[in-house]
Amino acid sequence: MSEHIVSVRIYVTIFLVLLAGTGLTVLAAFQDFPWQLNTIVALTIAAVKATFVVLYFMHVRYSSRLIWVIVAAALFWMGILFALTFSDYLTRGWIRLNY
Amino acid sequence: MATEATTQDVHGHRSLQHHFENMEQQREAGTLGMWVFLVTEIMFFGGMFLAYTLYRSAYPASFASASNHLDITLGALNTGVLILSSFTMAMAVYFTQVGKRRPQVLCLVVTLLLGLTFLGVKAVEYYDKYEDHLIPGRLIPGNPFNPAVQAEGQPVDPHKLHLLPGATVKQVELFFWIYFAMTGMHALHMIIGAGLLTFLIIFSLKGRFDPEYHSPVEVIGLYWHFVDIVWIFLFPLLYLLGRHLEHG
Repeated sequence: MSEHIVSVRIYVTIFLVLLAGTGLTVLAAFQDFPWQLNTIVALTIAAVKATFVVLYFMHVRYSSRLIWVIVAAALFWMGILFALTFSDYLTRGWIRLNY
Repeated sequence: MATEATTQDVHGHRSLQHHFENMEQQREAGTLGMWVFLVTEIMFFGGMFLAYTLYRSAYPASFASASNHLDITLGALNTGVLILSSFTMAMAVYFTQVGKRRPQVLCLVVTLLLGLTFLGVKAVEYYDKYEDHLIPGRLIPGNPFNPAVQAEGQPVDPHKLHLLPGATVKQVELFFWIYFAMTGMHALHMIIGAGLLTFLIIFSLKGRFDPEYHSPVEVIGLYWHFVDIVWIFLFPLLYLLGRHLEHG
């Protein structure tokens, strides 16, 4: 069996990191940061938590290249979904046409 | 006898399907298939996250006002419950891999109970929204979307909607459409997950899984962690987006 078994210590560590992240995101939400920083901080913490879940709980760190490609494809297509949609919505009104 | 021995060699494990070379190939194919399914799930939830982002960027004040009405304590509690359930799910996979049946079943049962706890808390939250007439549109007969709005200078009532400057009730309703669509679809995934866990518990008790064969535990674990990740994003986006505006 070439299957990698993740140790209990790593699982416990990730669990504690996730709990700390949840506490941190609640604390950060009540601070009034300038500009859009509240959203950016919240999303950064969520992305870090999700990355830990994917890499360790979901074993991707120890998985084959093929699994990595599948995960990357999901992120890539999410990127297309958001980038193309917002390249439309966010740029409306940039050009004034005289119809 | 000789023929039987050969058959035994080719089909080394009772759970090995004939179209796979060996257990490892079978396990990797299963995991890969689950990941492909999860990609479709990511795109499915991605569409809703897109709708959320779009309308929030269009109506920031209304979304913040609506979000502030959600119960942050219950939301945070549920986040903790789900993270703990992900941990026990990971431990269930671990105990299956090392072949310890009793803790394996125990971890699966605890995961199921935590999942049901999450759904129970969610039901309490939904009922609060029902009480405050925040179910959007006319989904509930006789109880259309019609929240009481907090007037300026009046004592603060947690059952009334506090509108920040620039917010409108109509746009708050849009937030609640998105809130119920996203949390409802997430809850549906939890219910399906609870069903899958029940199946895992029954088959674990029957002793179907061992260190050689445990793909069902592994792939249902992947599904469970995915549902956890969706909530990791839903919690800050739905519950926390306008809290910092309240103190101002």
